Amino acid sequence: MSDLDNKTIVKNGLWDNNPALVQLLGLCPLLAVSNTFINGLGLGLATLLVLAGSNASVSLVRNFIPKDIRIPIFVMMIASFVTNIGLLMNAFTYDLYLTLGIFIPLIVTNCAIIGRAEAFASKNRFLPSLLDGVMQGLGFTAVLCTLGALREMIGQGTLFAGAEQLLGSWATSLEISFYLTDAKFLFAILPPGAFVALGVLIAVKNIIDSRAAEKTKQRTNNQNISGDVITNE
Amino acid sequence: MALLSSPFAKKTNSVTQMMLWVVGATLPGLFVLMYFFGVGVLVNLVIACTTALVAEALILKLRNRPVMPILWDGSAFVTAWLLALALPPLLPWWMTVLGTAFAIVFAKHVYGGLGNNIFNPAMVGYVLLLISFPLEMTTWLPPQSLAENPVGAIEAVSIIFTGAASNETTIDMLKQGVDGYTMATPLDHIKTELAQGYRIPEAETAPIIKGLSGAGWQWVNLAFLAGGLVLMAKKVIGWQIPIAVLLGMGLIALPLFFANSDYYLFPMFHGFAGATMLGAFFIATDPVTASTTAKGRWIFGIGIGAITVLIRTFGGYPDAIAFAVLLMNMAVPMIDYYTKPRTYGHADKKRKASEGVK
Repeated sequence: MSDLDNKTIVKNGLWDNNPALVQLLGLCPLLAVSNTFINGLGLGLATLLVLAGSNASVSLVRNFIPKDIRIPIFVMMIASFVTNIGLLMNAFTYDLYLTLGIFIPLIVTNCAIIGRAEAFASKNRFLPSLLDGVMQGLGFTAVLCTLGALREMIGQGTLFAGAEQLLGSWATSLEISFYLTDAKFLFAILPPGAFVALGVLIAVKNIIDSRAAEKTKQRTNNQNISGDVITNE
Repeated sequence: MALLSSPFAKKTNSVTQMMLWVVGATLPGLFVLMYFFGVGVLVNLVIACTTALVAEALILKLRNRPVMPILWDGSAFVTAWLLALALPPLLPWWMTVLGTAFAIVFAKHVYGGLGNNIFNPAMVGYVLLLISFPLEMTTWLPPQSLAENPVGAIEAVSIIFTGAASNETTIDMLKQGVDGYTMATPLDHIKTELAQGYRIPEAETAPIIKGLSGAGWQWVNLAFLAGGLVLMAKKVIGWQIPIAVLLGMGLIALPLFFANSDYYLFPMFHGFAGATMLGAFFIATDPVTASTTAKGRWIFGIGIGAITVLIRTFGGYPDAIAFAVLLMNMAVPMIDYYTKPRTYGHADKKRKASEGVK
């Protein structure tokens, strides 16, 4: 475990072991909040900060925690980070705080975070844990943003709507309008659209992976080299 | 005595033949729909069937399946046909395209194609449109005899493709009845009136409520009933599911009606309103997504009827055949599991238990 090099950690977080596309963790906020790009980005960044903070601090205290009660302690540490993030968002991005509503405190229950604390941070040193937290968070944020952008474009024909909620009033001009309509495509904005869109994203990832695997297979066959294959954790 | 040897079934009941029968049996309903609501439904049929064939061909190509044999089995055609019959007559063309394509690509082929889909594709397409565009999907014209501005063929095509008729009439004007009031479907009308505090007898004084279940709609349902009975007689569909659907409706509607006829509709009204007959005879009987066991078919049908009346009465939507079919589709694997008939030669559970006691 602890001899994972940094490159693998980065690759795991962003692609090979992406929390949303591969582990399928934290789907509740993922599906509920990804109706616009900015909502996705907001919740993604909040989750990223919590994940980095909890991973880093769990790895610092990992040797002092009795094994039997480690989960409650992890949850409390995560909860304190979430409380901090919630207060910060309340102070600096109030509109976004209102839009995301219950899903900010619910970051505590995001399985991706407790999962990383348990599976990685409790077994690794400080720096790799921090890196893992940031990368897993980035992977989660990337999926949230992609889903949000897709659903926003299909559902209401805009992109970056409400950017001022996160970036300040100058960002109002960022909003792009693709089509104007009285009849919004509600399906894409409602939860069923999120499920379908996530399914499509996972399918696309699987296609890319299987194409890549075929290519490597061909290459190894051609060169007739049998090397050690790096496996997932 | 002549010696006979197998095969005894000489006529092959192929998928294509069954599909043709289904389409043929909807024709009376189609004509009645056209009589009361204009040619819009015919335009929808053309749009939907074209979309379905193109989408089916593309996705078969994408999945590396033989295109022609599967395309000509007609299953995609029937999906589009049934969906189009359920759509409002002046729905914008791209909504019909969207619903049909979604039905073929996501409800059918993502699950593995004909025979593997869990959900009735036509109803998935319908529900997609209904929850996405509730306004357009509940915009029905009044029966043409009651309309202030009856809609002609050219106007219908023009509205479907451009959103406005050539002579400046909008869909809102076409929706008006002779007395100048906007008309909804009978089910919609009753629901709105009840929400405004009126009672059923008062709501039923409107000109749109006539006969069994409302002007036009009773004839539409009677026509679909006639077509469905032909299918039953030809054994294209089993008789259990349609009867069970109607029975399920009665089971819920009758006690409600007797409890308080001021607020709950007469069961016969439910039976001949909205998409009841189309749903019971043509949609719930889809051989792929319905239950396959003898007992299961009864449970499946009764469930659809009961859920339909429950949603119509207490839910947010005026009609609910599509939701009911999809909900019961979800339950089919469980229904089939618990109603599996005893295999010949194997003891059933009860007997086994009693023998075990000995």
